[in-house]
Amino acid sequence: MNDRTLEVRNLNVTIRTDRREVRPVNDVSLDVLAGSIVGIVGESGCGKSMTARAVMGLLPYSGKVDGGTVRLCGREITALPEKERRKLRGSEISMIFQEPMTSLNPVIKVGKQVEETIRLHTECSREEAKEKTLAMFREVEIPEAETRYHCYPHQLSGGLRQRVMIAMAMVCKPKLLIADEPTTALDVTVEAQILNLLEHLRDAGTSVLIISHNLGVIARVCDYVYVMYAGRIVEQAATEVLFGRPTHPYTRGLFRSVNSLREGSATLETIPGVVPNLFRLPAGCSFSLRCGQCGANCEKNMPELLETEPDHRVRCFLTEKEDAE
Amino acid sequence: MRKNLTQRLLQAVIVLAGVTLLIFVMLRIVPGNPIETMMGEHADAATVARMTAELGLDQPLYIQFFRYISSAVRGDFGTSYSLGKPVSQLMGSAFVNTLILAVFAALFAWIVGIACGICSAMKKNRLPDRLFMGFSLLGISLPVFMAAMFLQYIFAFQLKWVPISGTDSWAGFILPAIALGWNSAGQVAQMTRTTLLETLQEDYIDTARAKGRGPLGVLIHHAFRNAMLPVLTMMTVQFSGLLSGAVITETVFSINGIGRLMVQAISGRDIPLLQGTALLATTVVILGSLLADSLYSVLDPRIRKEG
Amino acid sequence: MLRTKQKRTEQAADLRLQSQIGEEERFGDLMRRMARENKTAVISFFVIILMVLAAALAPLLTPYEENGMDLLHRLSAPSTEHLLGTDEGGRDVLTRLLFGARVSLLIGVVPALLSLILGAVLGAIAGYRGGIADAVIMRIADVMLAFPSMLLAMVIMYALGGGILNVFLTLTLVNWANVARVVRAQTLKLRSSEFVEAAQIIGVSRNRIMRRHILPNCLPTLLVLFTLNIPASILTESSLSFLGLGIQPPNASWGLMINTGRQYLYNTPWLCFAPGAAIMLTMLAFNFLGNGLLDVLDPRMQKQ
Repeated sequence: MNDRTLEVRNLNVTIRTDRREVRPVNDVSLDVLAGSIVGIVGESGCGKSMTARAVMGLLPYSGKVDGGTVRLCGREITALPEKERRKLRGSEISMIFQEPMTSLNPVIKVGKQVEETIRLHTECSREEAKEKTLAMFREVEIPEAETRYHCYPHQLSGGLRQRVMIAMAMVCKPKLLIADEPTTALDVTVEAQILNLLEHLRDAGTSVLIISHNLGVIARVCDYVYVMYAGRIVEQAATEVLFGRPTHPYTRGLFRSVNSLREGSATLETIPGVVPNLFRLPAGCSFSLRCGQCGANCEKNMPELLETEPDHRVRCFLTEKEDAE
Repeated sequence: MRKNLTQRLLQAVIVLAGVTLLIFVMLRIVPGNPIETMMGEHADAATVARMTAELGLDQPLYIQFFRYISSAVRGDFGTSYSLGKPVSQLMGSAFVNTLILAVFAALFAWIVGIACGICSAMKKNRLPDRLFMGFSLLGISLPVFMAAMFLQYIFAFQLKWVPISGTDSWAGFILPAIALGWNSAGQVAQMTRTTLLETLQEDYIDTARAKGRGPLGVLIHHAFRNAMLPVLTMMTVQFSGLLSGAVITETVFSINGIGRLMVQAISGRDIPLLQGTALLATTVVILGSLLADSLYSVLDPRIRKEG
Repeated sequence: MLRTKQKRTEQAADLRLQSQIGEEERFGDLMRRMARENKTAVISFFVIILMVLAAALAPLLTPYEENGMDLLHRLSAPSTEHLLGTDEGGRDVLTRLLFGARVSLLIGVVPALLSLILGAVLGAIAGYRGGIADAVIMRIADVMLAFPSMLLAMVIMYALGGGILNVFLTLTLVNWANVARVVRAQTLKLRSSEFVEAAQIIGVSRNRIMRRHILPNCLPTLLVLFTLNIPASILTESSLSFLGLGIQPPNASWGLMINTGRQYLYNTPWLCFAPGAAIMLTMLAFNFLGNGLLDVLDPRMQKQ
């Protein structure tokens, strides 16, 4: 029995726009161990959503995976024909999205939308499907499940809608749940409830991959974290390690801006500059343009993702030097 | 919803009353006594006066109007000057023909239009899309009378597949329905394509795909119904467009419908008949838009619960 | 057709207001952008210019006279002498087509302009004054819109009688309600916009606000409506003429040419199809141009 639910190796994604090509996901490798919650963190546009979509097989029409493998419980899935991929979606891997407001079909009752997943993947009667749906509604703590079953999305609050989304994703007991910014659109109190729910699901045996730009969310639920910048993983470690000893200048920058908020310092610390345009990446390290400690080598070459201590990898020349010393 | 419907009904009644008044007034400002026109130059003054009194045309306009309304409500639209029969009777048989024609035309427009629209959207910017959209543009820009004559010339005259005119058999309705529906089909196709492409960008389409729906399932179960909502509002417009076109189509193909009756009424300077047909056609349009509105609220739960 | 477009025009006007592009981008820039992005619209524009020129220069372009009967050469097929053949009176079809263009284009433009003015003024009053004026104007517009346009035109033409002036009047009466509705909707939004409120606060008079602030901001929308009203008018007139209710002989509009040519449809189809093709070309050109304008004015399209 393989204890890795998801195993991504050297994944590349290219998107073709008007004769130009960009690579929003570049040489990404990540693992999600069975029964764990793993986070991907980064600014918007860093490729974290695109990674999730590539794993799901839901890239936009102009995008494609070129190179790398994705293994689900040991089984290679990127090379599978579309029909087989489709069978996996909803039953083995599920995904929930950022906007519970717009992610549910406005003209179909939410109960029916959850039922749809069941009926797509299992042979069962209408009554059985409805029963399973109601059971799932109770499991994700939707009060008055029977009444909600007959509601339309616009009649539910944002939190309830996200619970419906989770119910929809979880109803076939998938091995992996991908949550793309699951709480960004929600109130803080609702956010806490949804995160509790995700932990509860993890304990029930589903591995979770959370994508978020919110370090608080990541710190709260994740066992292991990947930090992405401009399509590449720049640092990866167990949550305590990463939050205890952030090493990459970018990760440190992220933490500094959050901490300056928390400690109420007079000025908000920010990372100077903006996320680089993927069309115009620097020749060397992608972060070199915004890095305070950028050296000559950084501008010319891309550093490797190397271990600085057991199970803590960083993509930076500065840490390499430290090792050498 | 119920309150909403009552409101709409009330509004429809007001508009209908306005329409009646408008037609009535417009037809009364025609110069000359309609009786004289009807009876020709040789009528003597006494007969004209007697007929005028008999038909109540010597009364003040508002009395004439209320008389007309009160009898129209009871289904009596007066007697046709030129054909000598009750207008309601003439309209009854004509209405059936127009209805058959319009329903066939609408069916043609909707089936062909939606099918083309879907194909175009699925093959966006590729050959089928360009082909279908070129066709629909042609449909939109082709006046009904041109479509009618063109079809008549090719399929009835040159190829002799269907009768040139008349409605002795069902085959007689095929060309007129296509000619009449052609225009609408083009509009429906373009609208379907646009709204479908917009709908396919929605987040819930991603959700459906993430559930394991294939492209066709996504289209049918998730995109189609949402995309059809705006297309449906177009139905109102098309109802009135179809009736406008029916006048032409019925003339070209010699179908005894409401439109042809109207043309006859105009050439015979037959006020009761013109008044009745115009009123009937407009009523149908108003009812049609009422129907489309209600259908919309049935299909869109967001509207259903609000009203 | 027109009313579907009208819906989009409304939406486009709406979005423009929200994004305030109207204020930053000058009209000339808009046109230049259209020229860059929408080749079909540009081609259509030149087709229209060509047609106008051809109509204006008709007497110079053809050796025949508009009503030059030649009974020896009735209903002759297209030849080098008569490129599109001759009609039942032996008149050159191409010549009549060129002269017909004068009538048909005039019938497109004049009522479109008149209904635009009438509709804009009434719509602005309804939207800006509100109250009774609004209720009365809009109820009348509702009644007009409830009519299928062709039937309304038929009834009005019946009441007024044939002739070109009456055609102008009829088409104006048929089309103004659409314009009024769009302009009213836009005025309502403008009325609550900040710059109009600011003008009210500093005491600018109502009429001045209407003239200086509201109507100018409706101009791009009006331009689109104008462009789309032209083919609609031409279509309605040709349908009326087709039924014998529009322009009266010996004037020739394209619709009337089709009407007379219909009797000879089976033997000399070009009598019908030549003016029919002219009508289609005109409608296509104006519709493309109108769509092009609409796309430029619709900020949603710009992002794509």
